[in-house]
Amino acid sequence: MRMLSFPKRGRVARVEEFWGYLLISPWVLGFILFTAGPMLVSLYFSFTEYAFPLNPRWLGLANYIRAFARDELFGISLWNTLYYVGLAVPLGIALSLVLALLLDRRLPGRAVWRTIYYLPSIVPVVSATFLFLYIFQPDYGLINGWLWKLFEVEGPGWFNSRVWVKPTFILLALWSAGGPTMIILLAGLQNIPGEMYDAAEVDGAGRWRRFQHITLPLLSPTLFFVLITGLIAAFKIFGAVYVSTQGGPFYGSYFYVLHLFTQAFSHWQLGYASALAWILFVIVLVFTLIQFRFSGGWVHYEGETENRVD
Amino acid sequence: MAAAAKARRPIRPWDVFATTLTVVLAFIFGFPLFWAVSSALKLPIELNVIPPLWFPPQPRWQNFLEVNDVLPFFRFMGNTAVVTVATTAGGVATASLVAYGFSHFRFRGRHTIFILMLSTMMLPMEVTLIPTYLIFNEMGMVDTFWPLFLPAWFGGGPFAIFLFRQFFLSIPKDLSDAAKIDGCHVLRFYRSILVPLSIPVMITLSILFFQQSWNELMRPLIYLTSMTKYTVSVGLMFLRTQILANIAQRGEPTEHLLMAGSVISMMPSLILFFILQRYFIRGVIMSGIKG
Repeated sequence: MRMLSFPKRGRVARVEEFWGYLLISPWVLGFILFTAGPMLVSLYFSFTEYAFPLNPRWLGLANYIRAFARDELFGISLWNTLYYVGLAVPLGIALSLVLALLLDRRLPGRAVWRTIYYLPSIVPVVSATFLFLYIFQPDYGLINGWLWKLFEVEGPGWFNSRVWVKPTFILLALWSAGGPTMIILLAGLQNIPGEMYDAAEVDGAGRWRRFQHITLPLLSPTLFFVLITGLIAAFKIFGAVYVSTQGGPFYGSYFYVLHLFTQAFSHWQLGYASALAWILFVIVLVFTLIQFRFSGGWVHYEGETENRVD
Repeated sequence: MAAAAKARRPIRPWDVFATTLTVVLAFIFGFPLFWAVSSALKLPIELNVIPPLWFPPQPRWQNFLEVNDVLPFFRFMGNTAVVTVATTAGGVATASLVAYGFSHFRFRGRHTIFILMLSTMMLPMEVTLIPTYLIFNEMGMVDTFWPLFLPAWFGGGPFAIFLFRQFFLSIPKDLSDAAKIDGCHVLRFYRSILVPLSIPVMITLSILFFQQSWNELMRPLIYLTSMTKYTVSVGLMFLRTQILANIAQRGEPTEHLLMAGSVISMMPSLILFFILQRYFIRGVIMSGIKG
């Protein structure tokens, strides 16, 4: 598989090269047509005023200045998104880890519990949101009914309250904590050799210390992976909001991609929306790079322990 | 073996606690799904009663058909099926061909191109969304299914290619070297060796494509303008709007229909999950390994 250079590019090598290029050509074409091309074009749009279907008009940096200096909704949507990401991602990973730890034990009917935890994550986002709208309905929903019956507490407005709407979307995100993230963490846990725990137990290390000094360090690369992918996904929250609150009430759930989408496909401000898209790209990239930068402090790569499947 | 371990270790309070927590959490996670099905089978007057009615005495299965009277919901299902099948077939076929090129052929720039391909995984779809829309608009493909599945036909995305390539690398090269002399053999090797061997990978990837395509909201929302072409996600959204309008009109709750619609739209994924659970889990673990 190494690229040992061919002494003379003979007929066979040329034929091989031809076939190589031919086989990857669908991707190359798609890359030009649907990735590189659109990227360059949207970068250009982001410097223009483009009120579709009129032609784009060069504006220079005005769209970017508008976002940071004049667009109040940009600030609101960015804050809402950071709030959401900042809570939904760590809480989600913590919950996924708890579920994974619960399943990583001697347990009767383990496959059944795993299946139940996993199911919510395959429910399409629109359906999941509608289930939550119903269960968290403030007046006759089940949750507020229980809060009243058990604690005589009048439940909050959930999706209908400007303050509670973001936590409610976080709860919706937590509902799928038993999905892919948990499975990946569970696979990570099962890669930790049991002898390490046995040895620590013999040495008198308690449950918490074993978790702290064996589980967490050995799991840290996996945690890092789910953190990065979780952050990127959470930044792009859109579907659940679009089909329920549409950003309300009072912009309480007006998230970033919703702002982008509204600018693009409701107001047809394609220039400004392109600028918003590029800002999103840069924000996500910077976040990812910061994570990598600080990962050295807490992510421990074992003398290359290979993950094994099956 | 479990019995032996049990005999060796006494049951400790911790185990009792952890097992209880496992069960309690399973109830919490499973509950919304139970409630959706239960509500979908109710009469309107059984919906929001106190105390809640867990099992409707006479399940109304016809609610699932009534959804179709509000909006052509079964048509939405059919539309989504078309888009999903086209996406999955095109994605799996082209991804495997591209991966074959990357894994079994030497050509100049192979490594660089491969890295470039992997790096596109970082790119948010939002950045390319608007120009891509304009391309399809220019080609007169807005309000058709083409924009939804056509992009998948160009290699199926970096993750699919990566997964196939990893698998193909494990197939000895000398097997394919002999086939390289002329073109006929190149494709025959693909068809008669690679494809049969990679059936499990293909199933795993098909599930990922299926889920992505079936659940997608944003692009159908942008590209599909006439109701007869809606996919399930968009259709379900409009079903709710329609139902809310009905409530205002008639003054009675209609959540049974909304839940029925939600249950219908999640059924294909759930059924597929129960049949192919092994592959679901595998796909997830593979996606974890790439990191």
